[in-house]
Formats: sequence, structure tokens, C-alpha cells
Amino acid sequence: MKGHSALRDALFAAIALIVVLAIPLVHRSPAFEDFIIRLSAMALFATSLNLLVGNTGMVSFGHGMFYGFGAYAFGLTMQLTTLPLPVAAILAVLATTLAAFCVGAICVRLSTDYFAFITLAFQMLLFSIILSWQSLTGGDQGLRGGIQRREIFGFELASQLHLYQFCAVVAVLGLLALHHITTSPFGQTLRMIRDNENRASFLGIVLWRARLWAFTIAGGFAGLGGVLAALFVSGAYPELADWPNSGQAIFAVMLGGINSFLGPVLGAAILLALNDVVTRFTEYHGLVLGLVILAAALGLRRGVLDFLRLALPGRAK
Amino acid sequence: MDLNALGACLTTSACVVTQTTSGLIVGMLLFLVAAGVTLIFGVLKIVNFAHGTFYMLGGYVAYTALGLTDSYALAVLSGTLAMALFGVLFERALISRVYGSNVLMQLLVCYAVVLIFDDVVKIVWGPEFHAMGMPAAFQVPPLFIAGGVVPPFYAVLIGIAAMIAIVLGLGLSMTRLGKTVRAAAYNPQMVSALGVNTTALFAIVFAVGGGLAGLAGALAAPVRSLSPGMGFSILIESFIVTVIGGMGSIVGALVAALVIGMVRGFGTIGFPQFTDGLIYIVMIIILLLRPQGLFGRRA
Repeated sequence: MKGHSALRDALFAAIALIVVLAIPLVHRSPAFEDFIIRLSAMALFATSLNLLVGNTGMVSFGHGMFYGFGAYAFGLTMQLTTLPLPVAAILAVLATTLAAFCVGAICVRLSTDYFAFITLAFQMLLFSIILSWQSLTGGDQGLRGGIQRREIFGFELASQLHLYQFCAVVAVLGLLALHHITTSPFGQTLRMIRDNENRASFLGIVLWRARLWAFTIAGGFAGLGGVLAALFVSGAYPELADWPNSGQAIFAVMLGGINSFLGPVLGAAILLALNDVVTRFTEYHGLVLGLVILAAALGLRRGVLDFLRLALPGRAK
Repeated sequence: MDLNALGACLTTSACVVTQTTSGLIVGMLLFLVAAGVTLIFGVLKIVNFAHGTFYMLGGYVAYTALGLTDSYALAVLSGTLAMALFGVLFERALISRVYGSNVLMQLLVCYAVVLIFDDVVKIVWGPEFHAMGMPAAFQVPPLFIAGGVVPPFYAVLIGIAAMIAIVLGLGLSMTRLGKTVRAAAYNPQMVSALGVNTTALFAIVFAVGGGLAGLAGALAAPVRSLSPGMGFSILIESFIVTVIGGMGSIVGALVAALVIGMVRGFGTIGFPQFTDGLIYIVMIIILLLRPQGLFGRRA
């Protein structure tokens, strides 16, 4: 049963990937490719946050710190060393994972509300370090000079098409890995902690250890999203680690649906698309976005995908 | 980092007075905003992410009222009352619909309000910065205390905020309404069962919280510039204050706001680049030593 569903997921992911990769062969649209590149970074970021929010019931307000950390770690490794791009990317993700482990070790024992705020404090601390450590990070100007040597296995990522393909592959593989973690016994343990931490504790699960693992894994995947974001903007900017970025991920998660694995991906797509479309028509995109969020929150009372699953009973869970 | 400058400042009374005053200004304004956040959280268990919007709108309403009436007192009053009314509308129309739902759903509703009103302000007052300017009554020579310069407006502002702190503290502990509010914070079902109209009570709590934020915005308008989005930074700081003081504790909010104010006042001398970072470090340390905040009750 387990093996069957893992195979089905891999098949589903492969089909999705082939469709996405085939689109530019039929029709080239720079705006669409741009959108998918940004979506791949945002989708990894939001889905990794949902591993905490939806699966474990840990509300983190500071998840953006790992997104920013990944971007800066990758950008700095590329600028300061001569390591090839894949090695730098892997190092950046590992460094982010380690950072998430350290922050998590301090935070995960706190209760819900205080956990949310201490993660926010850590994020803002990282943000102020980035701003004030100008000799390393360039302060509020961000990492300048761009990311050179952008080739990987013969792919030249300076070309938009190749970057598009690379980001799509990385995002789908990352999401597949996250989905595997979510459905694994470990993922089920996390959901048991969310639903009834006392029972989980009685069954011999060490709560803080499971939460710490979840926090560390989520941080690592957010770092991977940050690496893609750094590739897209060819550098790293303090805004990547700022609070509104965590907010974006939270809204993507809430808008798409916390109880569906693909909910955050859909939420991220809606947010990005809204942003792109609305800014074309009006400078008051906050007003429109706010009204849409309000309508979704008070009208659906849950994320879009969660709503659809409830509204269409009998469909696959 | 410039510890020598900090040491030099701490040994001269003029510098100590000046920095303490600017720290008190920051702290007291922060207290007015954070008191509303902590009151609303204490009674309703709602983290009001839209509180910075109340502060911003209070400042803008006062700005317009000053232009119309030419009286700063009336401007402050209208900013306060307008935001008290706004608080009630906000609670009745939006927040009352998400009581008891996920904290993130509440966050979503509040953030939508923040986005909407940041743009409403842009439409009504324009995207540029506005300066209210010092009210005519306060355009007098500054006071000199132990060699430090203290503008009279600062003294008045600190006095008003301190008075509010006392009124709020006494009101909560002495009056019937205050006792009902504290009882509702402890057990809303029981208070409701005893015949208190908790719907009205919750609206009153939002009115007080909103009014305090509006007052803070109106009082801050002459010393800070008005801009759309100005609510955001004070929102984050008032959360820090609320968390450090202990969520739901007014005394905690006062103490924490003064701590943050002093860190800001003196931090700008010792760590000009890293004052914000300093505040977050203070917050992390306090949360690790006392996870429930300085004056919070253990859940």
C-alpha cells in the first residue's frame, strides 16, 4: 500500500514536471517563465512552512529567516569561493538546516503563542544582523555583483529558459521529498502531536525532539527555496529575510489550505498571480489583495483547496 | 559598537537626561499601543495584528482635525474617539466572526485590514510623508533639566501617557467595569452566565484598545512623520513589549515598554547600527529565562 502510493506520487510529480517543461517548447512567454521561477521558490518556502503549521501545529512567524539565510548563504558562497554551483547550493541548504537546528533547539519547548513570537524575534535579529554587518552582506543594498559562474551540468542558468527548467526540476523534487516526509511514519507522528500532544507523549514520543526535527527539516527546505530566489534575483537582499516575507508564506499557506499538501503551492500561485495582475491595473494592489483575502477568510473560512475538498465529497482525500 | 561613547554619555548628566527623555517618549508611546494589544489579548485571546493601523489612522485623523479646528487638544480627542469607534466596528464586523478559529485565520483577517487601510490612507491623504508640526502652544523654549534639553511637548506627552497608565491600572482594579473585564479575561463563559453582556464587553475592550492606539498616534504625530505603513514598525515593537511583559498584563506592558524605550534611548549611543538587534536579543533572553514574560501568569 505504502509503496504503491509513493509510486503514484512519483508518477504524478513526473507528469506535472513534464507538462511544465513542455510548455516553453510549445509557446515561449517570458512573463510565464518568470512566474514559474518565482513560484518554485515560493512554493518550496510555503510548503515547508506548512510542515510546521498544518502538520505539527507549530505556528512560526519567523520562517522567512531561513529563506533569507539560504539566499545569503548561497550568494556568499558563490561570491567568496570558487566552488561550483551545485556544491554551493548544497552547502547553503546544509548551513540553513544547521541554523534551523540551532534556532529550533532554543525555541521548540515554548508554548504556541510564545513560540510564534520568539521565532519572529530570531528572524528580526537575523534581519538586523544582515543590515548592520555591511562588510559581509552589503547592508541594505544587499549582495551586489550578482552571482557569476551560473552553469550546472552544461546548463547555462543565465538563460531564462534553463533557469526555468532548473527551478522546475528542483521545486518538484523538493516537493516530492516533502510529501514523502509528510506521509512517512514521522509525518504521522507530527500529526498526532498536533491533534493530541498528551497522547503522543504517553505513547513514548519525545515531543520536543520530534518538533525539533520538523523545525530543522522545514528550515532546510525553506533554505532551498531561498537558493532559488537568490538565483532568480542574482544576489540576496535584506527583504528576503524581512518579516513581510514570512507573512507572504503564512498567507500562501492559509489561502491554499493547511490540510492539503498542495494547498500552499496553490496559495503561493494565487498570491503571486494576484500581485502580478493587480499591479498591472492599479497602484493600490494592497486594497485589492486585502479585499480578496478578507473574502476568502470570511467567505470560505478555510483555504481554497481545503474548501474544495469539503465541497466536493467523494473525491480523493 | 561604540562603548566609549556610551560610557561618556552615562557620566554626563546632560546626555543622560536627553537620552532618558527620548527613551521615555518611545517607551510611553509604545505603552499606549501595547496596552491595547495586551488588553485585547488578555480578554479575547485575539492577537490584534491590525493594531498598528489604529495607531496610523489616529495620527492621520488628528492631522486632519488640526487642520480643520486649529486646536491640538481637539485633534487628539478626535483621533482617540474616531479610533475607539473604529475599534468597535472592526470587532463587530470582522473579528467577531473569527472568535475561536485558528490564530492564523485571525492573522489573515487582520492583515487584510492592514493592507486595505494602508491603501485607503494613500488614497485619502496621499502616499507622501506628512509632518504635523509642533502645535503652536508648545512652540516655546525648551526646559533645561540638569543640563539636558527637554522640549515641553515631550514632558506633556510623557505626563499624559503616565496618567493613562494610572487611570487604566486603577480602572481595571477598582471599578466595576474593570473587575468585569478581568473576570471575563479569566472565564468568559462564567461571566456571561452571570448575566453580563459579554458581546458589549468585548466591543468595549476593542473601543478602549483602539482609542489608546489612536491617542498614541495623535500624540506621536507632532514628533514623528505620518506615512502609510507607519503602523507596521510600532506593531512589531508593541508585540515585543506585550510578549516581554507577559501577554495580558498591563503592568508588564508598562515595564517592558520602558525597558525597550531605554534600550532605544541609550542603544543609539552605544550601538548605533544595531539598536534593533539589541531589542531582539533582550526579548530572546527574557523569553528563555521566563517563557511567560516578566509579569505573565503561567498557562
